[in-house]
Amino acid sequence: MLSELFPNVQMDDLWVATYETFYMTLISLVGTLIFGILLGLLLYLTARGGLWENKTLHFIVAAIVNIFRAIPFIILILLLIPFTDFLMDTIRGPKAALPALIIGSAPFYGRLVEIALREVDKGVVEAAKAMGAKTRTIIFKVLLPESMPALVSGLTVTAIALIGYTAVAGVIGAGGLGDFAYFYGFQRRATDVVFVCTVLIVIIVFIFQFIGDLITSKLDKR
Amino acid sequence: MITIKNLSKIYRTKSNTINAVNDLNLEIEKGEIFGVIGYSGAGKSTFIRLINRLEDPTEGQVIIDGEDITALKKNKLRLSRQEIGMIFQHFNLLWSRTVRENIAFPLEIAGVPKQTRRERVDELIKLVGLTGRENAYPSELSGGQKQRVGIARALANDPKVLLCDEATSALDPETTDSILKLLIDINKNLGLTIILITHEMHVIRKICHRVAVMEAGQVVEQGEVLDVFSHPKSQVTKKFVEQVMGENQQDDGLGDVIEGFATGKITKLHFVGEVTNQALISSVAKKYQVDISILQGKITQTRKGAYGTLVVHIDGDDEEINKAIDYIASTPVEVEVVHHA
Ligand SMILES: Nc1ncnc2c1ncn2[C@@H]1O[C@H](COP(=O)(O)OP(=O)(O)O)[C@@H](O)[C@H]1O
Ligand SMILES: [Mg+2]
Repeated sequence: MLSELFPNVQMDDLWVATYETFYMTLISLVGTLIFGILLGLLLYLTARGGLWENKTLHFIVAAIVNIFRAIPFIILILLLIPFTDFLMDTIRGPKAALPALIIGSAPFYGRLVEIALREVDKGVVEAAKAMGAKTRTIIFKVLLPESMPALVSGLTVTAIALIGYTAVAGVIGAGGLGDFAYFYGFQRRATDVVFVCTVLIVIIVFIFQFIGDLITSKLDKR
Repeated sequence: MITIKNLSKIYRTKSNTINAVNDLNLEIEKGEIFGVIGYSGAGKSTFIRLINRLEDPTEGQVIIDGEDITALKKNKLRLSRQEIGMIFQHFNLLWSRTVRENIAFPLEIAGVPKQTRRERVDELIKLVGLTGRENAYPSELSGGQKQRVGIARALANDPKVLLCDEATSALDPETTDSILKLLIDINKNLGLTIILITHEMHVIRKICHRVAVMEAGQVVEQGEVLDVFSHPKSQVTKKFVEQVMGENQQDDGLGDVIEGFATGKITKLHFVGEVTNQALISSVAKKYQVDISILQGKITQTRKGAYGTLVVHIDGDDEEINKAIDYIASTPVEVEVVHHA
């Protein structure tokens, strides 16, 4: 029945593409999480009145974040081809998309992390200082746990943006549903393929949103 | 125990410089509850934050138990802070941790092993009266309970001093009293020195041994609470005393009342310190052939005894009245005859 409705859809290929989308999203999400938290912490800690207040460093990090956020993803991915080649030894396939995906979304998530950290009650940080806590303790036992719901909801937003990016990454032949929809659907005028890919992407987005919301509400004890 | 020497803090902003604390000198004794009162902006919070160096002083010294806090390097300062507890107006608990975990936090910071930590937390929960609420999150607690967690947390590492910045200002009057009582108990049972900042005179009256009045970064008056109460020198102090005693209380409509008496004498009795007024009035009435009725008055209790004024009408034989007045004058109560009928 499915093959009658969608005559051009090759099920095996579709599953591979779906898997590739998941793969790209999840791996780059992990990278984004790590680099985003680092960037966000740096922005927060070096800001005025921060624990590592440092004008120059803050300016440099903020500049990097802003520049990479300003570059449209489609251009970023092309600009990064030589770097990708050097790092991954290939410029094709889902793996080749990872550097661009991470570099494209980590600054975005970094800003969200910074905002989340700034929402942490200054009084609580002060209380920890008054107890004689080290900066490391303040980061890992106060700042990150206290901002956790915002960090997770920010990560959800980032994950969904990433799913969009993985589709764009199709232009460098990254694979995944975007690539599949473009080459097998759009270029061969097979609208049914485009349709099925769209539905799958929407479902993936919903899954991420659902899981993200669930974790956020579980964590929020306020 | 704590010596504050020439302590100053100057904030420089683009538009102006603020002398938040200006050449402050204080001596705080071991085991006392020392109050600092002042209006908003007087520099109280800045002062208390200088004690554990949440702010670095512009000038001067803070010496606790012979250790110059102001001279400590970062690491030493961290260790010293573990011996200085602090509680806050808005409690500053970690919402992501339960009561138990919040109280354990300073112990984790101090590197106390898990088993000892658990025992210590149990003790503290009992001490502050939170048994049964161990696993609640701060959002599930009332203001008073949150402050109890704050107090337990501040006491976790057996501090030498407890700093309280407006610790009851966010609480309703009844809860305030219960927290003040807890502080008194802790002070008594643990012999803990407490420095308490407030803008409410009744807090000072209820729990402090000594008080300093702050205005514009300086101490304008200090001493035993009762002395400061009964002989306020500066304008600010008088204002604070009025907070508790009421304004111009002796004179509200007293004139009309006085005119109404055809016989006897109207006298003002000033109480300062260790006398109980009820006993005095009833013993005078028993000893002498006089009737005493109280027309007006306000007596307030401090930790060193009562303070206030009663206006009474003493009626009877002139001779008996005079004897009664002489007798009262022989006690520590001051007598002032304001009207002869
Ligand atoms: N970080 C700061 N920067 C600039 N001015 C400050 C700062 N903290 C406090 N002040 C100023 O110092 C003065 C005293 O403030 P504070 O100690 O908070 O008073 P209080 O606790 O008695 O209300 C106020 O005029 C306040 O504006
Ligand atoms: Mg204040």
